[in-house]
Amino acid sequence: MCLALPARIVAMDAVTEVATVAIGEVRKDVSVALIDSPAIDDYVLIHVGYALNRISEEEAQRTLELFAEAGLLEEEDV
Amino acid sequence: MSAVIKRFPVRLDTRRGAVDMTHGSGGRAMAQLIEELFVKHLDNELLGQGNDQALFPVDAGRMVMSTDGHVISPLFFPGGDIGALAVHGTINDVAMSGAKPLYLSAAFILEEGLPLADLERVVVSMAEAAASADVPVVTGDTKVVERGKGDGIFITTTGIGVVSEGVNISGNRAQPGDAILVSGTIGDHGVAIMSSRENLEFETSIESDSAALHTLVADMVNAVGDIHCLRDPTRGGLATTLNELAHQSGVGMKLNEDAIPVNPAVMAACELLGLDPLYVANEGKLICICSPDDANSLLDVMRAHPHGRNAARIGEVGEDAHGFVQMETSFGGQRVIDWLAGEQLPRIC
Amino acid sequence: MKYVEEFRARGLARKLSAAIAGEADSDRQYNIMEFCGGHTHAIFRYGVQDLMPDNVKFVHGPGCPVCVLPIGRIDNAIALAEQREVILCTYGDMLRVPASGRKSLLKAKATGADVRMVYSTRDALKIARDHPDREVVFFAIGFETTTPPTAVAIRQAQSEGLEKFSVFCNHVLTPAAIQNILESPEVREIGSVCIDGFLGPSHVSSIIGSQPYEFFAEEFQKPVVIAGFEPLDVMQSALMLIRQINEGRHEVENEYTRVVTREGNRKAQQLVADVFELRRAFEWRGLGLVPYSALQIKSAYADFDAERRFDVPEIKASDVKGCECPSILRGVKKPTDCKLFGTVCTPENPMGSCMVSSEGACAAYWSYGRMRAPEVVEVKVESVA
Repeated sequence: MCLALPARIVAMDAVTEVATVAIGEVRKDVSVALIDSPAIDDYVLIHVGYALNRISEEEAQRTLELFAEAGLLEEEDV
Repeated sequence: MSAVIKRFPVRLDTRRGAVDMTHGSGGRAMAQLIEELFVKHLDNELLGQGNDQALFPVDAGRMVMSTDGHVISPLFFPGGDIGALAVHGTINDVAMSGAKPLYLSAAFILEEGLPLADLERVVVSMAEAAASADVPVVTGDTKVVERGKGDGIFITTTGIGVVSEGVNISGNRAQPGDAILVSGTIGDHGVAIMSSRENLEFETSIESDSAALHTLVADMVNAVGDIHCLRDPTRGGLATTLNELAHQSGVGMKLNEDAIPVNPAVMAACELLGLDPLYVANEGKLICICSPDDANSLLDVMRAHPHGRNAARIGEVGEDAHGFVQMETSFGGQRVIDWLAGEQLPRIC
Repeated sequence: MKYVEEFRARGLARKLSAAIAGEADSDRQYNIMEFCGGHTHAIFRYGVQDLMPDNVKFVHGPGCPVCVLPIGRIDNAIALAEQREVILCTYGDMLRVPASGRKSLLKAKATGADVRMVYSTRDALKIARDHPDREVVFFAIGFETTTPPTAVAIRQAQSEGLEKFSVFCNHVLTPAAIQNILESPEVREIGSVCIDGFLGPSHVSSIIGSQPYEFFAEEFQKPVVIAGFEPLDVMQSALMLIRQINEGRHEVENEYTRVVTREGNRKAQQLVADVFELRRAFEWRGLGLVPYSALQIKSAYADFDAERRFDVPEIKASDVKGCECPSILRGVKKPTDCKLFGTVCTPENPMGSCMVSSEGACAAYWSYGRMRAPEVVEVKVESVA
């Protein structure tokens, strides 16, 4: 599959559709041609030098809560 | 330096000149290159004598010798270059036996067309590295190959040193129960190289960790008389070197992923390229295997040294007929850490 | 690193592990096929299997585009690279895959072919700009995740007038492969490879959406959970599958909601549809000829199609004798079932793609899993081998 990594947009050139993204302190230039209206501070998934999709902060939170819940339910049952 | 007879009418043009075939032919051009570039910068008494060999007295005892070829590309990378790397690398190989490194030799194979400015930069860097380590380059050689037959510069360095009485450090001495220590963060060098390779560029502050470790080793040997194994995890990274040691000693190893120090920036770069930091080269780190009773003293000594600030205990040696190096992942599962097969390449999948 | 470390937390892993153990019915076996090589890799790298109860097993699927590319296509790529005017650009994954005659792209490079590893099609475009006198061919592989970048590159080449840039297209489609597995005799009729549910690919789904899987869930009555690729995602998704299986449901659920939606990335889908069209059939290593499973470049972009610019003959090449990659890719056999595994075939000397690719089942098993006892899941293949 597809090695893709979350990264934050820190700079952007809307004309060339190229953005600089940060993964921790590492920076790389990637194409944002596949994203609708990319903006600074957006988190995107990058793969082979392209941003594929935005990452939803809300959904990420909700998923983490799901993980925690699963454990809780189990503890309650026991 | 010898008397002031001007043998070379025109000085070597290190700003705009380039290496050509005459520099390797044994004639005047080569002599000038050696004198005005190599000897000038590497500057020490033995080299200055101008002989084809260096003559020096040795103390009775046991000597250590080691040699390395350096073919790295690019020649200059964040935190270092091929010259410093060559000096540090051979000093370290000698030091890993517990020896005090004494002298180095350096043989250069230069590609026709290499800018003299680049050559000078490399040699100056070697000189600085040798001087700060106090291990001079006392003899050398130069050859030139045709354009296209070399990668700019290839350097082969050989080093010698002496080992004190009673010191017995060898890759086959790891025993079940021993502690496994590492002197600092892993993966820095390899990532620094990758970041400057064509078609992979990314911006980072990560620098090569290239460093001479002989004074660190000296401190460690002074503190603990019976260190079992020392090795620097260069090509193939920590994982490959641990596998080598496990294989040589006929033991297994169990590591704790959480305990292995990795610079967060290195972690990020590895994630980006799909690399595993365990397999990424280091040029200024060492692995130490010792009795568990000595681990804490060694860690204290290492952390007190500039090249051991992030020293950590990362695992232990055990019985294992298969010689597996296993690791408990930070996730809580188990995995085998195998040897590296071929070069680790960035991947998309 | 945000959105990465939180999804690898040990504490949550333990909780999920307990939850899975609690909900898995000890009277039955759960075989979960993780279609995607990235999941295979994550499972092995983090040791996820160790946190699962014994009756929950992962069956490794063919979702590794390197593994499923037939040898003949690699032979084609090598032949292209060996032409003097060509610079062949490739992702790192393909360099060591063995082709016919024990050749590989890396070996071809060693004997003088101009093969260059790139991280991105953007790097290939740069090479084309820097070398306008050379033919620059990009060796495109990958599932639906990697296809949109190739589409963007082709359109970019056209708008810049990079006349000597072309793509050798080997993009393949996930739903077709899933269908092929589900319809295979071992699964459908003999029932010897029992797959109870699927972990859907993370990033393919971010492009195509969760909607395409609804057909499979319905038609084959198997639950699908689209899973993120961090180890906690894998465990949570396994839990969701177990619940579906216990409750007799066969729906498509999405665990990877932070990136995947039902429609997917429409913009990317449109770009792909603009540049590519379906091939009638394409041969997959291990699966044979699969209809409507791969893409080719449309005539509007014929100038950038390496198969039209160059002579690229169909090469029917076979696997090394004894290599079980085809069966392993279908989940019918385990790496340890292959006679070549660990004897002749090792990571240093790979015989087939499953050992070379970092997500191939054989490579993963070798690198991460050899200290475990052979797995409990028995694959009863009653046919003649």
